[in-house]
Amino acid sequence: METKCAVTRIPIEGELTIFTAATERLHLLDAFESGNEVEVDLSQVSEIDSAGIQLMVAAKREAVTRNTSLRFTGHSPAVFDVVELCDLAGHLGDPMLITARS
Amino acid sequence: MNLDDALQTFIVEAGELLEQMEEALLRIEQTPDDADTINAIFRAAHTIKGSAGLFGFDHVVAFTHVAESVLDRVRSDELRITSELVAIFLSVRDHLGALIAHIADGKEPDDDTHRTSAELVTKLRVYLGPPAPASSQALVPAKQNGTVETQAGDGVGTDNWHISLRFAPDVLRNGMDPLSFIRYLTTFGKIVHIVTVVDAVPRLAELDPEASYLGYEVAFHTDADKTAIEGAFEFVRNDARIRILPPHAKVADYKRLIDELPQEELRLGEILILCGTLTRTELNAALSHQTALADETLSPIGEVLVDQKLVQPQVVAAALEKQKQVKEHKATESGLIRVNAEKLDVHINLIGELIIASAGASLIAQHTAMPELLEASARLSRLVEEVRDSALTLRMVEIGATFNRFQRVVRDVSVDLGKDIRLEISGADTDLDKTVVEKIGDPLTHLVRNSMDHGIEPVEVRLASGKPAHGTVRLNAYHDSGSIVIEVADDGGGLSRERILAKAIERGLAKPDQQLSDQEIHELIFEPGFSTVEKVSNLSGRGVGMDVVKRNITALRGTVEIDSTEGVGTTMRIRLPLTLAIIDGFLVGVGGSTFVVPLDMVVECVELSAEETAASQGRDHLDLRGEVLPFIRLKQLFDIPDPPPADIDFAADDTFDNSNAPQRSGLPSTLLTAEGAAALARDPELAFLLHPVKRENVVVVQYAGRRTGLVVDELMGEFQTVIRPLGEVFSGIDGISGFTILGSGNVALILDVPGLVRRVAGREGRRNIQATTYAMAE
Repeated sequence: METKCAVTRIPIEGELTIFTAATERLHLLDAFESGNEVEVDLSQVSEIDSAGIQLMVAAKREAVTRNTSLRFTGHSPAVFDVVELCDLAGHLGDPMLITARS
Repeated sequence: MNLDDALQTFIVEAGELLEQMEEALLRIEQTPDDADTINAIFRAAHTIKGSAGLFGFDHVVAFTHVAESVLDRVRSDELRITSELVAIFLSVRDHLGALIAHIADGKEPDDDTHRTSAELVTKLRVYLGPPAPASSQALVPAKQNGTVETQAGDGVGTDNWHISLRFAPDVLRNGMDPLSFIRYLTTFGKIVHIVTVVDAVPRLAELDPEASYLGYEVAFHTDADKTAIEGAFEFVRNDARIRILPPHAKVADYKRLIDELPQEELRLGEILILCGTLTRTELNAALSHQTALADETLSPIGEVLVDQKLVQPQVVAAALEKQKQVKEHKATESGLIRVNAEKLDVHINLIGELIIASAGASLIAQHTAMPELLEASARLSRLVEEVRDSALTLRMVEIGATFNRFQRVVRDVSVDLGKDIRLEISGADTDLDKTVVEKIGDPLTHLVRNSMDHGIEPVEVRLASGKPAHGTVRLNAYHDSGSIVIEVADDGGGLSRERILAKAIERGLAKPDQQLSDQEIHELIFEPGFSTVEKVSNLSGRGVGMDVVKRNITALRGTVEIDSTEGVGTTMRIRLPLTLAIIDGFLVGVGGSTFVVPLDMVVECVELSAEETAASQGRDHLDLRGEVLPFIRLKQLFDIPDPPPADIDFAADDTFDNSNAPQRSGLPSTLLTAEGAAALARDPELAFLLHPVKRENVVVVQYAGRRTGLVVDELMGEFQTVIRPLGEVFSGIDGISGFTILGSGNVALILDVPGLVRRVAGREGRRNIQATTYAMAE
């Protein structure tokens, strides 16, 4: 975890699924505790499921409650696919980079 | 599991399902209203369609789908089972079998197959009839006209399905990912619009990361039917609230959908608009429409859906059925293992070798006369015997499945012949060897067809002779002294003695002045090309068949006999050995040779005293407790020379001098240690057992109700025998059915008891003696 310019950046790597949701939730809560804005790097997420998606939604909601901001960046193809499938891009509101895929 | 394995399973399962389907179809004719049977047929078709879909066999899916739709109408009582319908479905079943066979062969269906498909589909479509009115089928679009939107009773404009999903909190913990269901939907349709309902998701601090909070509203476009969509949520049925609204569903239905989720009412309405499912006008109509059911409390999903006519009752029933079936299937799966038949054969062969090896070991143990070794080898023999028995039961299958196949044969043939014939089955749980079951099918079919064609008389004749109008063919099976007996009986006219005899004389098979017993006359029908039928039908009567039947059964070491009473009926009795590989044998010594008599056929052993021999006065009959028992002297039959005089001093007897001759003791003397010889000398009883004094014994054997005595020199006790077939050179030998290898490595011939019994009964000439002698020398 690195802190810089009132932004706490945390990366999520590997799975963001039911198996890791509990751990990642604690990481995110820690990041909020810092009082900074939170930026979550999703570029290394290899897999995401419903638990992951609702964790993202809950984190957004947490940010609103705390009156701070949370950004998801660098959506990996796996995340991108699921966000598209659920049509949640608008709800989450973070810009997603459409990458060319083979 | 790779795809090939899965495909193989599909083919095997499809075969089983088709068999069940056929069985149910034949049953349904008798009981057209039995819901269980109708369901069984439907289930078979449905499961095949589903599995075929998994493998992408679209032609199978398309074909089965039409059949399934017709069946669906039967299930919903819109259609009644008639014999024409059963006939069509039997063709459907056959055609499916053909399609599956094509898949199994890895071939594309040919033109003929496509033509049959098309023909059957045309026939089936007749039964589908015009689309039912909207009131009975929610799936059929409600009437559409320009003014739909404003009337709450009418359908909405969209032609998309609407799927509303709310997952239970536990769904993730149960190992299911709601997303995967959404993804699955995309495999057979297009998600026009999806709204993820995230309202229930709390802030992170209050989030239980392993509970599910999500819901989905999906506008879905597909050509699939409701069952297919329901099927997508099969596994999550208990963990979710699922509403599926068909295209053009009534506005009132949407109203109910909204009512069911009161806390989300407004938002849901908006969502529906977002999905494009409802227009703003439709939503307003729905919200303002006062439904009489507004105060309806939440009932179980299935019930509510049925109440609302959102799903047809049968869809729910099918879903429940399917669930139950899946559970049952799992239960049986854990209890059964599919084994490759070849592996089983290898196993059985190995056990055969084991038996020989263990027999050898126990023989050596006997000669060493070491108590510990004897005990150990006895234990070993017992275990080997148990292993053998259990291995043989692995190969045993019930004959019921084979019998049931004849329901169809009888049905088809009786239609062809225009006779009303019923099949009665008994003894279906009788076990027999799988190889035998496989090979008995053709001969049985022949016999059954024969009974139906020639046995059962036309209706007029039957009525005239005071019989019921419908004929009966009976299949029966039971065990009888080491054999399985299969009977094909009919209550027809019986064999006509005169006609057979006349034909036989005409063909030169019998002489006019010959006195023949009924049995002998009946046997004539097994002669090649023999037929007394004036009119050749397309089923039988060409005179090919009965000889083939007999040959096939003989090849299985079986016999067939006929029991017929003119005017009353005929019974064909096939008698087959229980197993083809291993038998319990009874070893007997004749001269210098050893023979094996199948133990199952041995009734008793008696001593043949000199007085009795004298009393028989060369007529070869014996007085066995007041009964006349014919006997055969094997020594004469096989022309066996007397052995060198038995010598009690075993060790000194150098059997290697005439090592070409079979050794009577079964063990080269060199294997007998000095100690063993000493033990023999000390223990006269043991010596006696190993070298019985020369005297004659009669082994009484029984086959097919007839008893015969076999005169032998020596009784050597039980012996497990692995049957090996004789080479082609010796195939014509009478009285010998095979050979086996003794523990000592020597060859013993297995006596063909049925043949010997027949020989005694007929007192045939003693042929083949020469050939037998050659066989002995081998």
